[in-house]
Amino acid sequence: MTADRMDTDHIAADRTSHDWDAVVIGTGPAGMAAAAALAEGGARTLVVDEQPEIGGQIYRAIERNRNHSRLARILGADYLRGAPLAERLRASGAEISLGTLVWRIDEERGVWIRRHGAIERVSARAVVLATGAMERPVPTPGWTLPGVMGIGALQIALKSGGLVPAGRLVLAGSGPLFLLFARQCLAAGVRDMVLLDTSDSTHLLGGLPLLPRALTGEGWRYLLKGAGLLAALRRAGVPFYRGVRDIALEGERHVTAIRFVHRGGAARLACDTVGLHEGVIPQQQITRSLGCAHEFNPAQGSFRPVLGASGTTDLPGIHVAGDAGGIIGAQASAHDGNIAALAILRDIGRLAPEAAERRIAAETRARHAHLTVRPFLDRLYPPRAEILAPADDTVICRCENVTAGALREAVGRGVTGPNQAKAFLRCGMGPCQGRLCGPTATAIIAAATHRSPEETGYYRVRTPLKPVTVGELAGLADHGAPNAERNRERPS
Amino acid sequence: MFRRIEPAPAAGTLVFDGRSIAFQAGDSVATALIAAGVERFRDHPRDAAPRAPYCMMGVCFECLVEIDGRQNQQACLIPARDGMVVHVQTGARQIPERGHDR
Repeated sequence: MTADRMDTDHIAADRTSHDWDAVVIGTGPAGMAAAAALAEGGARTLVVDEQPEIGGQIYRAIERNRNHSRLARILGADYLRGAPLAERLRASGAEISLGTLVWRIDEERGVWIRRHGAIERVSARAVVLATGAMERPVPTPGWTLPGVMGIGALQIALKSGGLVPAGRLVLAGSGPLFLLFARQCLAAGVRDMVLLDTSDSTHLLGGLPLLPRALTGEGWRYLLKGAGLLAALRRAGVPFYRGVRDIALEGERHVTAIRFVHRGGAARLACDTVGLHEGVIPQQQITRSLGCAHEFNPAQGSFRPVLGASGTTDLPGIHVAGDAGGIIGAQASAHDGNIAALAILRDIGRLAPEAAERRIAAETRARHAHLTVRPFLDRLYPPRAEILAPADDTVICRCENVTAGALREAVGRGVTGPNQAKAFLRCGMGPCQGRLCGPTATAIIAAATHRSPEETGYYRVRTPLKPVTVGELAGLADHGAPNAERNRERPS
Repeated sequence: MFRRIEPAPAAGTLVFDGRSIAFQAGDSVATALIAAGVERFRDHPRDAAPRAPYCMMGVCFECLVEIDGRQNQQACLIPARDGMVVHVQTGARQIPERGHDR
């Protein structure tokens, strides 16, 4: 117990020097659960989100929509699971700061935020990164045309604005969100919809050995839901092309048609809106900027931070919870948030180690029940090959209009990694700071240099994580905060 | 083009390139604009091609517009407000004038 006592003394002394016991970044399922559990456990907790409402993307606008009978019915029961989580967060006593951008985290667990146009640094004894996932970039000829969006983006328009595409909608992609959103469109009265399924039927064979495990735990519920979605789409007679490849979008000022290959033949469909989707990947910007170790997960085709038990990173007091640590889905993410919170409460002396261990074990079991289906889904829905090896004239960096061919040519001239490519081509140096081209750049360079993605590496991510102006930083300096002069506005 | 599954009363009006656009409660600038049929948010600084929201969640920066005189604003992250003046963003970011780029 001596070690524990010393630890407690140290933490008691530490308490005075920090603004918060814990700062949680993100109000999706992981962030809501983490912040609620921390505050319930007596930790002074601040939770921030860039969005003006809590819920993250999966439960976006949940507090408005739960009482909107039509939207609630369209979005379905799994979406409404966000409502009790939101209630729990509101009742927990955690301070919620929305419309709050995190643009830097420093080594002393200082979280640099911007809210209402002003910059502040808030410090915490522990930080939970619950920044979730983003849609995997899908470089496709013509994907920069207005009218071409991620399927997740179209779903956000539905959740946040009650909007559905008018005219003909083509959804091209694969995976759970592809089917779910198609079903939601059907329920929302979208009549002219065509589905282009890019998954390969041979993947089903590869996935079969993983099926028995997928049926255990909560896995069967996910499979049943998927089967139900497919059956509903079939009953409604939605045109469904399977095994589609070689997708390209046509249009001058807006998308007007989609071309693709189906059963060996070329096809073309006029359309008004196109949704593309090839799964989701962890958001890496913050963990990368902190210099956390990352590994490439071949099963999910994406990088993830290397995490210890309860989501610990290699930096003391900094945890990752939910999809930001590897794709696990909404329900497992909520358990992940609880686990990180319990570990932090233990570490700051708010929860006895035995109680923490018992509750973490229970949360871990519950989390695991949602993960049995994941290996099967990962095998069934890998990203289509052409987005990892786009044709030479396909734009991969949307901000700087850098093509796959330009990157390959740069590799031919001796570029060996993503950071050199940045210097040669400016790819990854536009406003999105590589979020939309990083995965593709790694894949192309890895293929061209015959190395693994892990050996190839990823863009070095620098702060500010999003553009912050000199004026905003000057405001910080006026208030006497340290180090402001060291930060410069990103040129854009 | 998009349509609302259920029309709701307008919560306010913003002006986009001189055109009045009514928005609903909860709309971001981006949802308000796409609901009103706006197809072009900015012209790309390299080739001047039109661009519009792609991710709707703050990662792609395709929805950059000028709001109340400030350039490079992410339309998908900013709530629509009554009286807001929004413009298509053309070309690269301008050098800020003194006192302009708060």
